[in-house]
Amino acid sequence: MSADTLTKNSTLDLATTPLRNVNEVLQSADGGSFEVINTGGAHALACGLDSPVEVTIKGHTGYYCAGMNKSASVTVEGNASTGVAENMMSGTVRVKGNVSQSAGATAHGGLLVIEGDASARCGISLKGAEIVVGGSVGHMSAFMAQAGALVVCGDAGEALGDSIYEARLYVRGKVASLGADCIEKEMRDEHRIQLADLLSRAGIDADISDFKRYGSARQLYNFKIDNAY
Amino acid sequence: MCGIVGLFLKNKALEPELGKLTALMLHEMCDRGPDSAGFAIYGGGDERAKLVLLSKTGETDWNAIRDGLGASLLADIEIEKLRDHAILRTSADGRKVRAWIIENCDDVTVLSLGTSIEVFKGVGDPDQMAVDFGLAGRSGTHAIAHTRMATESAITTAGSHPFSTGSDTCLVHNGSLSNHNNLREVLAAHGERFQTENDSEVAAAYLAHRMSEGDTLNEALESALRDLDGFYTFAIGTKDGFAVLRDPIACKPAVIAETDDWVAMASEFRAIAPLPGVENAKIWEPEPARIYSWSHASQERAA
Repeated sequence: MSADTLTKNSTLDLATTPLRNVNEVLQSADGGSFEVINTGGAHALACGLDSPVEVTIKGHTGYYCAGMNKSASVTVEGNASTGVAENMMSGTVRVKGNVSQSAGATAHGGLLVIEGDASARCGISLKGAEIVVGGSVGHMSAFMAQAGALVVCGDAGEALGDSIYEARLYVRGKVASLGADCIEKEMRDEHRIQLADLLSRAGIDADISDFKRYGSARQLYNFKIDNAY
Repeated sequence: MCGIVGLFLKNKALEPELGKLTALMLHEMCDRGPDSAGFAIYGGGDERAKLVLLSKTGETDWNAIRDGLGASLLADIEIEKLRDHAILRTSADGRKVRAWIIENCDDVTVLSLGTSIEVFKGVGDPDQMAVDFGLAGRSGTHAIAHTRMATESAITTAGSHPFSTGSDTCLVHNGSLSNHNNLREVLAAHGERFQTENDSEVAAAYLAHRMSEGDTLNEALESALRDLDGFYTFAIGTKDGFAVLRDPIACKPAVIAETDDWVAMASEFRAIAPLPGVENAKIWEPEPARIYSWSHASQERAA
């Protein structure tokens, strides 16, 4: 089965179609909606999409699902492994289950919604994308995050926002510990507006007054001898 | 990179399928570790000690070993050859047999010792290794397996996982330890016998040593969190139990799935995807530095 034998609005079955062909179909489509079944934890599924296609993945996926996404809307009806939506540029990626490490790593734009929990390093080196997690995140989340926002409706693991630059972090639950140069910050109107908008777009019903904001103390921007060993 | 899988059955009706299911899981991990592979399977046996031996040269005279051991330990010895492995059964103390073989047989590595465990290993394609040792046809209560992409030591059959130094205990490892040389010396001073330069053998010996000193599996793993330095996701088998442990940084992947019929762990979900009933399994990523363990005894207590 190749790209030209499949049209829009198709069901793509990974039990009978090689992963490479499935990705080829999704990448070459300029619109329409697709359903992917029998995923079996395959890696790099629906990655590199750059058109406004809608993809529903019915099952659990392996590494780098929807990586480098641009314009497309990808929904995973299951769990996703390491690096879901890594380096996303735009569009939306929604995971109904839990995700493994490094979700949304280095993502530049778009919205990543994780309805369950995310494990370690969620939003590592975030460069502008918005991530909303319905559950909790693991340790070292938003490590070296440069821009964008991470909303956590549950708890955050150790060293949240270690070495963070300018990303905004909103956490409803407990933070096990803050990383180097990450501090709690005042919640002003502009932040309440941003948080309410993010929760609304993620489809999560939560009271914004329950959240605290964290961000950079901006003490690591320049070399300081006190920081050297 | 390495691939690890473990399958612990809760439903006895699945026991004849253990080998087949483990082979399906192992297959999915072939490209994480194409160098070499191995599996440990726990299944029945009688009262006698059972040792699985590896001939490093492929030319070991097993009859000479049987006669030498029999004369030295005054015990009945039965040896069954299987490719470059042999399964030895004896009513003598298995630990003495292991020590005798390590002492007297330069071309033999003792892969496992116990009444239930059997360990088989091979270099090259993991699927072929599984076929060579008839994994799919084996029954049992639990199994762990490993596909290796070597980092710390040579690619040899003896250097493949699982590692087993204590009775009915074994370990597979994805990662690398940084304090294994020092720890090996400490354990050797306590009488542990090592057969390779591999860091993971030290982890196996560490747990076996703690348990021989009276620790439960969970207590030994608590101590491991303190004493082992490095990266690891471990899957551990004991005669009655199965455990998973990740280091506090948790760079090495792991996923666990559980149904009423089984508990499975793997480096990646795709190794769990072929299991029966997986669509209704509870699936989660084990947290860093947290011990996950199951035993048939605790299953029965719960029932």
